[in-house]
Amino acid sequence: MSYTMFRTFQVHPFLLYPTSILKRRNGFLYSTTIPKATQSSQTETKVSTSSQSKNLYKIPKDYEAVIGIETHVQLSTLTKAFCNCPYSYGSFPNSSICPVCMGLPGALPVLNNKVIEFAVKLGLALNCNLAFNSKFDRKQYFYPDLPKGYQISQFDVPIAASGFLDVDIPLEFGGGHKRFGITRVHMEEDAGKLMHTEKGNYSQVDLNRAGVPLLEIVSEPDMRNGIEAAEYAAEIQRLVRYLGVSNGNMQEGSLRCDVNVSVRPIGQSKFGTKVEVKNLNSFSSMSRAIDFEISRQVLLHSQGQEDQIVQETRLWEEGSQRTITMRKKEGLADYRYFPEPDLPSVILSQEYVDGIQTSLPELPEEKRRRYEKMGLGMQDVIFLANDKNIAEFFDATLAKGADAKSAANWIMSDIAAFMKNEKLTINDIKLTPEELSELIASIKGGIISGKIGKEILFELLAKGGSVKEIIEKKDLVQITDPVEIEKMVVKVIEENPKQLEQYRGGKTKLQGYFAGQVMKASKGKANPGLLNKILLEKLNSTT
Amino acid sequence: MLSTLQTPRSSLSRFTLPSTITTLASNSQSTLTTTQSPTTSPPQSQILSIRHSLLTRNLSAVDLARSYLTRLRLTEPHLRSFLHIPDDQTIISQANDLDRRIAAGKDVGPLAGVLVAVKDNICTADMPSTGGSRILQNYRPPFDATAVKKLKELGGIVVGKTNMDEFGMGSTTEASAFQVTANPWDVSRVPGGSSGGSAAAVSARQCVVSLGSDTGGSVRQPASFCGVVGLKPTYGRVSRFGLMAYASSLDAIGCFGSSVADTGILLHAIAGHDRFDATSSKQEVPNFLSHFDSASSLESKPLKGLRVGLIRETIEDGVDAGVVSAIRAAASHFEELGCSVNEVSLPSFSLGLPAYYVLALSESSSNLSRYDGIRYGNQVHADELDSLYGDSRAKGLGSEVKMRILMGTYALSAGYYDAYYKRAQQVRTIIRNSFKEALDQYDILISPAAPSVAYKIGEKKNDPLAMYAGDIMTVNVNLAGLPALVLPCGFVDSEPAGLPVGLQMIGAAFDEGELLRVGHIFEQTLENCRFVPPLVADSVE
Repeated sequence: MSYTMFRTFQVHPFLLYPTSILKRRNGFLYSTTIPKATQSSQTETKVSTSSQSKNLYKIPKDYEAVIGIETHVQLSTLTKAFCNCPYSYGSFPNSSICPVCMGLPGALPVLNNKVIEFAVKLGLALNCNLAFNSKFDRKQYFYPDLPKGYQISQFDVPIAASGFLDVDIPLEFGGGHKRFGITRVHMEEDAGKLMHTEKGNYSQVDLNRAGVPLLEIVSEPDMRNGIEAAEYAAEIQRLVRYLGVSNGNMQEGSLRCDVNVSVRPIGQSKFGTKVEVKNLNSFSSMSRAIDFEISRQVLLHSQGQEDQIVQETRLWEEGSQRTITMRKKEGLADYRYFPEPDLPSVILSQEYVDGIQTSLPELPEEKRRRYEKMGLGMQDVIFLANDKNIAEFFDATLAKGADAKSAANWIMSDIAAFMKNEKLTINDIKLTPEELSELIASIKGGIISGKIGKEILFELLAKGGSVKEIIEKKDLVQITDPVEIEKMVVKVIEENPKQLEQYRGGKTKLQGYFAGQVMKASKGKANPGLLNKILLEKLNSTT
Repeated sequence: MLSTLQTPRSSLSRFTLPSTITTLASNSQSTLTTTQSPTTSPPQSQILSIRHSLLTRNLSAVDLARSYLTRLRLTEPHLRSFLHIPDDQTIISQANDLDRRIAAGKDVGPLAGVLVAVKDNICTADMPSTGGSRILQNYRPPFDATAVKKLKELGGIVVGKTNMDEFGMGSTTEASAFQVTANPWDVSRVPGGSSGGSAAAVSARQCVVSLGSDTGGSVRQPASFCGVVGLKPTYGRVSRFGLMAYASSLDAIGCFGSSVADTGILLHAIAGHDRFDATSSKQEVPNFLSHFDSASSLESKPLKGLRVGLIRETIEDGVDAGVVSAIRAAASHFEELGCSVNEVSLPSFSLGLPAYYVLALSESSSNLSRYDGIRYGNQVHADELDSLYGDSRAKGLGSEVKMRILMGTYALSAGYYDAYYKRAQQVRTIIRNSFKEALDQYDILISPAAPSVAYKIGEKKNDPLAMYAGDIMTVNVNLAGLPALVLPCGFVDSEPAGLPVGLQMIGAAFDEGELLRVGHIFEQTLENCRFVPPLVADSVE
């Protein structure tokens, strides 16, 4: 399993003021921070940029890929879709089941209204038309993880349809805004899980997941490469987290993407034969799997062997970095859909929808546009809006009076580095937006130097407390009295006659040495501007 | 076979069931008495007389239970109504608890001491529930159906699980995987189905009342065949939670009793909204009995002004002459009671049968998918998953069930959905509308409950179409979701005894109260009819 965290940061150690020098080495922007609860269990696998772009640019210009995505979002409702069982990932097999989700004779489903609320939220956020009168249908097939022999789903009248999703493509992939169409969003229930014994002589069924609510989001075939597909999926993840309808965790299967990939010669309007790719456990594997699949299909096309591209389901193998055949489709499966007679129609009132519309939070796209208007660079914008909690922290800092640029810089450099090193999320750190704002104000007002500011920051991050307290307790107020600084400068010069001689002999680089010594003598509190000004005066005065 | 009952008759006659006190009925003076027949008396509410006897300490619940159990043990070898009967002690100890409560002056529920038989497709936590199917042999549900839970809470005692056509698929109870139930009026005949066991059990007084289920007539037709009162409530009136689904949009749990009052009391006990059934209605459940008049207080025209529509299509060709004449006599009786009776035509009536079978079988093909041998029920071991499914279902399900699953699967298949399922839904809408129109003009609609009286065991077993055609009288009511009450209204001559004919009364949605009121008056004023089969007549007063 691979997992890509947010970008790696490198902070220049000598700069006195916090600056965001963002060196993206590994990983991509489509990734999102890990939710707190599961973080410790995650491992981070880095994806090499070069291998990714190699694949990407391998697509010859004569062909284009057409990609559509089906995303299953597991809803974070307290109970399952049609019964009162709670669901939590990883609990003991069959410990959270009841007659309803086991499909016992005589048991009936009763819809959890939260499922409708979440579906409407997501439908609105995806700019869809809502069906004010929709229904559930039964999708019928036999499998041991499907207790009733049918899945309760929505067939011909999905609760939401015909929407779109706006995505910002990161600069390194050309940047810009893309709009991807959403075909439909519908409600359905999850199935259980099969556990196969090592010897393979029998299988066991775990029904904990059976009946957990899902929203299936079907995109239009609007994506053209792995990056676009991964960006689309990452935006869906951001969206469901912003809306609070799902934890969006791919490793736990709370967000599952199946992609359909086909290739056609440029200019041809008919789609090529599509292949479904499964087992995509991260955005990065999604991107790589698609790019691999595109190259595979393009190769077959260019060799005149496009008839070897068949409608099938292929599995992404992380180990060998390729897709392999899982099952060929033998004709179309007939699911014999018909309206679910155990559940009444789903009727939405305008009032209900309006209520949800007004309660929607600011969505990632809206946030990015707002940050952009504040004058932040695209990288800052994407980073800050990427994680709902970071965005909230940032917004709270601004609300306390900090300016956007400084707040963004602090968050993206030192705070992000700290969280990464300590494996914490922004909700875990002891620093509050109020204190960050105070810190920025203290530096701006010249009360402390930037360097001291950074020291205070790390103390705030680790231990909490207030900026004012720390400054007072440690006597960290910046020295801005020229007389006092001059005294220190004179003292340092007197104590270093050799270096002074060398300096005056032309080795002016030694100015840095003197500055450092003075700063050291002031315990870092001297105002650097004043210090340098006075130092130069003294060094150059030929008395 | 009656001879086998001769010896213990004396012991049975020792405890005659209480018959003296009832607020509802009196056999003394009917103002409508036209004949002087001292032997017939209108049926009385067993439930009310039991309650009275218990509360006045004339009878203990234990004695009552013993008397029923004795009759049950005597008659059961001839009838085979039950698939499961708990040991006597289980029932006696429940009765004992009630006696102690009564002795302590504590409240007991309105069904206290009432022995209720429950159809085997209705889940009971402490007894097997097989739905009459081999695939669920020995299956014990971990919960009580809502209807069972309610009647237990009100003091009812479940006396056993009754035989039925496998998963409700049949009209004779011959399609049970385990046994064939006999009709108490003539043990060479079928009791009807699919709730044949529940109907036979009430008819033979093996229990006081019973629960059945009605998807296309499975309560009403056996009630007619067995000469008992059967009530199919409005769709949604009674929770289906715990009823093994046959066709979810048509299924209803129904009630059997030996009087209209008893079915009304039982319905009141089990009706109402249930948060575990999304299709159960929030309509208020009225006290059905509060509108009942006792027979003695009836005026000469107690149903004056009531508009009764006799559905013309139900008394035409294909319906036995004896049945038609009994229904016409019932119509005359309504007129004597002050009703205006007119024939009404429902042109869509004959469309009901094909539409019903398409919809019911489509839904059943889906509902029965869960019987796959994976989680419960009988599993046939196999090396491959497909064989596990195939073999478990091949061995566990009967031929009638398999045929219906195949037909339903076909009707829902791609390319056929529009021609069958969708079209049948359109027909259903037409039928619903035509019933609504007719019920705007008439207060109740009447028809036979079945085109014939009970037929011989085996007679139609190999002719499914003839058997399906027998459902013509009842399926429309399920398609329209309406309530219907069947009560015995006469006999067709036969040997060794006459066979009862059931009258079906159809009312507006959620108007069971009116059906019960009218049915009660009809029943209390009907002369010369005693619907107790000869098999048990001596032990029932």
